[in-house]
Amino acid sequence: MNFFDKLMKIDRRIIFLFVAAAVILPFFLSIHQKILISPEVQGLYDAFESLPPGSKIMISYDYDPASAPELQPMAVTAMKYCFTKGLKVIILGLWPQGSIQANMAIESALEDPRVKEKNPQYGKDWVNLGYMSGNELVIQRMGTDIPVTFPRDYQGNPVEDLPLMQGIKNFSNVDFIFNLSAGYPGTQEWVQFAADRFHAKLGAGNTAVQAPGMYPYLRAGQLVGLLGGMKGASEFEKLTDFEGKGTKFMLSQSFAHAIIIIFIIIGNLAYFISRGVKKK
Amino acid sequence: MRREIPLILTATVGIVYIISFFIPHRPFGSVETLFSDWILIIAAFAIWLGALNLLRVSADKIYRKKKDWFYALVTILSFFLIAIIGFFFSRGSHFQDVGTSFDYLYRNVYNPLSATMFAILAFFVASASYRAFRARSWEATLLLLAAFFVMLGRVPIGDMISGFLPENIRLSAVATFIMNIPQSAGQRAIMIGIGLGIISTALRLILGIERTYLGGD
Repeated sequence: MNFFDKLMKIDRRIIFLFVAAAVILPFFLSIHQKILISPEVQGLYDAFESLPPGSKIMISYDYDPASAPELQPMAVTAMKYCFTKGLKVIILGLWPQGSIQANMAIESALEDPRVKEKNPQYGKDWVNLGYMSGNELVIQRMGTDIPVTFPRDYQGNPVEDLPLMQGIKNFSNVDFIFNLSAGYPGTQEWVQFAADRFHAKLGAGNTAVQAPGMYPYLRAGQLVGLLGGMKGASEFEKLTDFEGKGTKFMLSQSFAHAIIIIFIIIGNLAYFISRGVKKK
Repeated sequence: MRREIPLILTATVGIVYIISFFIPHRPFGSVETLFSDWILIIAAFAIWLGALNLLRVSADKIYRKKKDWFYALVTILSFFLIAIIGFFFSRGSHFQDVGTSFDYLYRNVYNPLSATMFAILAFFVASASYRAFRARSWEATLLLLAAFFVMLGRVPIGDMISGFLPENIRLSAVATFIMNIPQSAGQRAIMIGIGLGIISTALRLILGIERTYLGGD
């Protein structure tokens, strides 16, 4: 076995070490990266921007802590943006952990001085309807009657007692739906039921793994915009002027991608050289 | 009757849902709403069934001292710990509020453990990419090139590297083209295939041809 054969069968722990270094080292660097805005993120931002203050937005938190590093920055930015712009937010979760992730996002958002200044109040500026089992059936049921689907909020308060929920019957009373999703049930189900069947205006934030599957919906106009992974989060942060973890961690992601590409190039060089040596 | 009733229920619900999609008015719309409420209630019961099944399987593993039974013990202890703390020591129905004991466990145990498990994937993806992306054939080379452009084009470093090029052929532009055109076309083909598969399976279920869900032949 020559050197290049050995290189092709390099111990995976060496690759792990390089990836770990690529992820951790950027935390200690202060390199400014220029973040360009992609059309799908611009589309989502434009949809948010087109809403006048007082509009009602539904945000569905369909993910768990495993996907939080990618989706939580989007959630925090969306909450900050909604609170400062005076948009009213109705939160729910088709995943059991969703409503807790929402609470964590709101807690982070409320720490921002610009949000503090607006002093958003529970029940008036946002409500958390909590988790409901039933996956896409929950979306379908909300299409006809939201208060029947969610008769109480996550703390057990009747929804008819919450000022924000007054006049909310179904999706026709909601101006925009923003879905944060890491799988099933998620964006695909929101497109199929809320957007297609009940003609709701829908945007989404997905994990980088899931986002490619949503492009056909984006191209067909069933989604007005899409945030894909941490890159999407960082672009959204730039557009909304709420720089956060998405922007901060993009450097780590850049380095990690670069390291993987370098390894792929090394692997291919070793492959071709090794093949050439054997032919000789 | 044990077979006939589920078959009749499946056929009735299936037909009502299909008709109400095209005619969402009385009586189909209201019957569909009724069925949806039933399904939501059944789904809530299914969560309990799932939890009880997890306990049963784990308890059996411990009782029979099967391989890795210790982890089953950790599962059961964690299950009861979070349930007891959630039900009795976290302000009742306000258990999801910031500052409760349940919230503490969620943030400081469940949250980092879940994120860690998912983060490990990055290391395996890196290792697998190194071995899998080899230009062994024409198709493999295409995959390799797509991976190269998308991985670099989807992070800011891609534009830093290709910053000297005109904007429409920079790495991010190439990545956007790949995602929007060939990738979307492939996804559409897969979606149409899945859709046709779902339609045929649904028809087989509604017509009673497919009966494996009844637990029999």
